[in-house]
Amino acid sequence: MAAARPAARSTSGASGSARGAAIPQLSWREIRPAPIVLVSGTEGFLADRAIRRLRETLKAEDPSLEVSDLEADAYAPGELMTLASPSLFAEPRLIRVSNVEKCTDAFLAETIAYLDQPADDTYVVLRHAGGVRGKKLLDAIRSGTGGGIEVVCGELKKDTEKLDFAAAEFADRGRRVTASALRALVSAFADDLAELASACQQLLADSSEEITDATVEKYYSGRVETNAFKVADAAIAGRSGEALVLLRHALSSGADPVPMVAAFASKLRTMAKLSGARGGSGQLAQQFGLAPWQVERAQRDLRGWSDEGLGRSIELLAETDAQVKGAGRDPVFALERMIAVISRRGE
Amino acid sequence: MSVWDELTGQAEAIAVFEAAAAGTIDSSMTHSWLVTGPPGSGRSNLAYAFATALLSKGPDDDEATARQVAARTHPDLGVLSTERVIISIDEVRHLVTSSQFSPSVGRYRVMVIEDADRMSERTSNVLLKALEEPPPRTVWILCAPSEADLIPTIRSRVRSVRLRVPGIDEVAELISRRDGVDLAIATRAAREAQSHIGMAHRLATNEDARARREQTLAIALGIRSVGDAVRAAATLLQIAGDDAKAITEERDAEERASTLRSLGIEPGGTIPPALRGQLKNLEEDQKRRATRSLRDGLDRIMVDLLSLYRDVLLLQLGAGIEPINLSITPELERARDQATPAQTLATLDAIATARRRIDGNVSPALALEAMLISAARKDPVR
Repeated sequence: MAAARPAARSTSGASGSARGAAIPQLSWREIRPAPIVLVSGTEGFLADRAIRRLRETLKAEDPSLEVSDLEADAYAPGELMTLASPSLFAEPRLIRVSNVEKCTDAFLAETIAYLDQPADDTYVVLRHAGGVRGKKLLDAIRSGTGGGIEVVCGELKKDTEKLDFAAAEFADRGRRVTASALRALVSAFADDLAELASACQQLLADSSEEITDATVEKYYSGRVETNAFKVADAAIAGRSGEALVLLRHALSSGADPVPMVAAFASKLRTMAKLSGARGGSGQLAQQFGLAPWQVERAQRDLRGWSDEGLGRSIELLAETDAQVKGAGRDPVFALERMIAVISRRGE
Repeated sequence: MSVWDELTGQAEAIAVFEAAAAGTIDSSMTHSWLVTGPPGSGRSNLAYAFATALLSKGPDDDEATARQVAARTHPDLGVLSTERVIISIDEVRHLVTSSQFSPSVGRYRVMVIEDADRMSERTSNVLLKALEEPPPRTVWILCAPSEADLIPTIRSRVRSVRLRVPGIDEVAELISRRDGVDLAIATRAAREAQSHIGMAHRLATNEDARARREQTLAIALGIRSVGDAVRAAATLLQIAGDDAKAITEERDAEERASTLRSLGIEPGGTIPPALRGQLKNLEEDQKRRATRSLRDGLDRIMVDLLSLYRDVLLLQLGAGIEPINLSITPELERARDQATPAQTLATLDAIATARRRIDGNVSPALALEAMLISAARKDPVR
């Protein structure tokens, strides 16, 4: 049956449905062999890593490991039994099943039956990327049937989680990296975990000594991931230079002028709604249908703005919206003019 | 009862059409007509009355024909009216093809395009050949707010008949006669609708519509700061949205049910993948209609606000002309003291700008916010 619970339980990934499970829930780094390994969560990159790690562990234990793959959405009855049945030389078997979130009914029935009597020396890895399909199977595994473990690969949302991830990448290979270099790297690859991981690998492979700001600068200088809201934040805070640089970054990495204006409009609209309104942030949030953090944010943004400036800025936003939607010849110029005026707080 | 009875205040235009339909030698009947006039002056009603007169075989046949025209089922009548923002080129091509058929029962085949101003230039060009040389017994009738809304090549191919804005008394008299409304209410409705017959009818017969209009004006007059303006814009958008939803929601559900029925799907049943495309088309059509409906609602609000600031300006200038919003005179007088005539004019300009921007696809919320910011009034200046 299930091994003793590990001391460090994954905090990032314990999704709502997995709470109260009777089996160990591990982070992707802690994956270990078990008759049933359920790899759940939406972050496909981490799931792939975890499964590869398991395969390497098993291969190291016994090089004669037999690896087979199954697709649960194209499953034909009997396949699992065929692959899991004992072979002549009794080599260990790893069965990797993908797309369990889209599995066929036959797969569901046969896997649940398999849980009652897992084959010896066989490791079944089930990759479930989220959703309600196959809930019965997940519940059976989580209740402890079959002696499984669950590896939770949740999305890394916060910057600190990404920093931890990158730091662990370097630590795994016993390399030192400065904190500021780590921060620069994470902000350059904020959108895609796979890109961040491959950037770490690149740095590990190409540089021999300690990884510093200079190293990151050399490989990834000037690369900034940005979006419309970051541009708006910089402009509203009065940092016009930064806002213009971010605007150019956003435009050249595929952002469109129209959503850019919409982002500015939504921020200024919240600020205007809250200007002159009194009360606690919770009360105001309820009154205007906003989240409390949005209220606090807007109140912070409002410092230094006058009513007239806000009015002029909103008027200019409407004009810019018309310009980027075809009334003007140069949408980018219209955006730049808008940023210039807004970072002067409409004065 | 003649086909022209329901029309108000357009004696000159009616005389022209009546003579043309009668087919006397010097009646100057022609094959393509353009009816222009401000919204609510009864352009399309007049066009359909003319169509009825052309299609009818004689005075005895008038009533039956009028009923068929009203249901748009007359075999010799082709109609193009749209509930979307624009008329598509395919719709016009289809109409042009059907204009080539000979009339089957009447003297003429009549093609009516209700919103000819909603055609893009490319779409308008499809019409040119058909307008210039229609088959001998086909008559085209186009309707548009003004001649300037059509491209010059169409203008030169049609005979134009202009409608005038009917007087408030004429509209009030029509409403109270047709709908049995008290003359005082009808007069107020006609004045507040600025002689727009359809709007006046709605204001006179629908309590909600009256309340919404009053609320709109009160909101605009209550704006003191930018914050107020943005909150007011959200409220106005909500009002227009609710209004539009009330009109479209019920019809959307009905249309969906009837489509499902004609596709042979029981209510609540799953839709086979092969038929999903059809439902998707329907939903897209409904979405376009909702866009138009919301814009129309916003436009009504802006026309109401124009009337409000016009009244304020007239009071400020001491013009002594009767205000449109007679019922809220005390509020108008307070608004008069809160601003200079220049500020009021700026607000009127801002309303016109907002209408232009919404036509140019600017987000309605943003256009309304920018407009209402110029309507913010602080303390009395005098």
